[in-house]
Amino acid sequence: MSRRGIARRRPSDWVVLAVAIVLGLLIAVPLLLILINSFKSPGDYNSSGPLSLPKELYFDGISAFWNRVDFPLKLWNSFFISGTVAVLAVGLSMLNAFALGIGRIKGRLWIVVLILLANMLPQEVLLYPLYFLFKQVGLYDNPWSVIITFTVIQSAFGTYLLSSVFSTFPKEVLEAAALDGAGRWHVLWRVVFPISRPTLSVLLIFFFIWTWNEFLIPLTFLVSNANQTVPVAITALQGDRLMDVTTTSASALLGLLPTLVFFLIFQRTLTRGITAGAVK
Amino acid sequence: MSDARSLLPGSRPRAFWPYLLPGLILLIVIILIPLVWNVYLTFTRYRGIRPPQWIGLSNWQELLGDQVFWTSFGNSVAMIVAMVVVPTLLGLLLAAMLFDLIGKKFGGRIASFLRATYYLPQILPAVIAAIVIGWILRPKNGALNQVLEAIGLGALQHNWLGSGDTALVSIMVIMVWVQLGYPVVIFMAALQRVDPELYEAAELDGANWFQRFRAITVGIIRPEIFVVTLTCTIAALKVFGPVYALTRGGPGTSTIVPAYYAYSEFFQSQQVGYGATIATALTVVIAIVSVAFILVQNRMEKEEAR
Repeated sequence: MSRRGIARRRPSDWVVLAVAIVLGLLIAVPLLLILINSFKSPGDYNSSGPLSLPKELYFDGISAFWNRVDFPLKLWNSFFISGTVAVLAVGLSMLNAFALGIGRIKGRLWIVVLILLANMLPQEVLLYPLYFLFKQVGLYDNPWSVIITFTVIQSAFGTYLLSSVFSTFPKEVLEAAALDGAGRWHVLWRVVFPISRPTLSVLLIFFFIWTWNEFLIPLTFLVSNANQTVPVAITALQGDRLMDVTTTSASALLGLLPTLVFFLIFQRTLTRGITAGAVK
Repeated sequence: MSDARSLLPGSRPRAFWPYLLPGLILLIVIILIPLVWNVYLTFTRYRGIRPPQWIGLSNWQELLGDQVFWTSFGNSVAMIVAMVVVPTLLGLLLAAMLFDLIGKKFGGRIASFLRATYYLPQILPAVIAAIVIGWILRPKNGALNQVLEAIGLGALQHNWLGSGDTALVSIMVIMVWVQLGYPVVIFMAALQRVDPELYEAAELDGANWFQRFRAITVGIIRPEIFVVTLTCTIAALKVFGPVYALTRGGPGTSTIVPAYYAYSEFFQSQQVGYGATIATALTVVIAIVSVAFILVQNRMEKEEAR
């Protein structure tokens, strides 16, 4: 914001604003089209086209798709997997970072690089060996195969971030705790954990959403209908003969709705986190 | 050496090993062993049933002469154009526009509202974003074709994702749409570091907006430009979901990408050894790109410091 308040606007400024708004509309239009067409009957769509508002609200497309994929079950699967991964990965990141950032273990730089590998690798390179491994131990087509895999992958990023945060942990606090005779476990839970809670909660939200949006590994490891996550279930039915035009639109709507809700709830935390992540 | 001490007085670094153990064991089981195993598979013929059979470098030789493989990497370049080049350039311009002009002259609320709008597609799972645009591009009664018909351009109607001439471009458009918001958000945050007085001084010297943008803005937010181009390039090389959901690499091989090619070799052709070779080649490319990026960035920072 300029110090002189809002500066004088020239005609060219209005042109720039108009361009920016048109671009915003262009980006939002596909989502708006999905929204209005999910509540139309196929007949309504065919007679009045994709741009008009529904003549009357039609819920059959949504409810047909909802029942067909057993949407509540898929929602629960995604929630269970993403939520468990978020909690476990934050915990694992904290343990790792405690040893690396505060314990300053010998060779920590190389250990961090090795851990980061988990995050950089294309998942295809792990896909077949993990598929084989999980089949051998009986975790194939079991949500825990996906949970374990993503706990490791997400905690790689968490370890990287938290190690550098912990390495600047206020020294006086740790010294005071040591003077009180607190052991390491006690220091971790009673001192480090409460003080770093804001960072941990950002990580928790990120891990949850990242895991929710994952596709390749859930697609490969969770083959039966009952175990599918939301993105996998919705993709599986695309192009199906029974999916008419507005039911397909409804399926996209159901796919985007949960992430939209997360975005609205966590908008502030997310924007802060995205920008912090880039500067790190 | 102060390095030998932990931050917690009275505890030696060695005493912290138990805290690292669970993480390391999981890393070894879930990442390192599969990684090594996958490299081993590239030297074998393996169809998933009988044990792998050692064939030396055959898979790698086949890969070098495999037209489909090179097509898939060619399509990766298209993905880099759509996910790195276009979003970064456009994102720079948009971020400067929103921050500099719209934020200052029309208020920060409009600027942050527009930023959130641009970011919207980023929050969706990539497959769902692809399905949204795929729905609009439906061949028979898709929204785009219907609108073309309605405004008298019916001759332009097309099977956008189903024809070899437009399928790749359609996927590129989807990826631009998905990706654009990310650089905008990062660059706008970075612009807050730019000192307004620098701008005012340049303005007094008679520099126009574009000169100031190039000389000051791009210089100051260069670290963010590096981060964005590196992370987006890696993401572009890894694209899988949209191709799987919309075209399965087709028609023919017109939209095949390495990740999808590897997947189809693993689970459709049951050529596990060959799939592993494609996946390993992809990993090597990603590693080279990352190292090259970091080296260039370091060199530029050193030149800066001089």
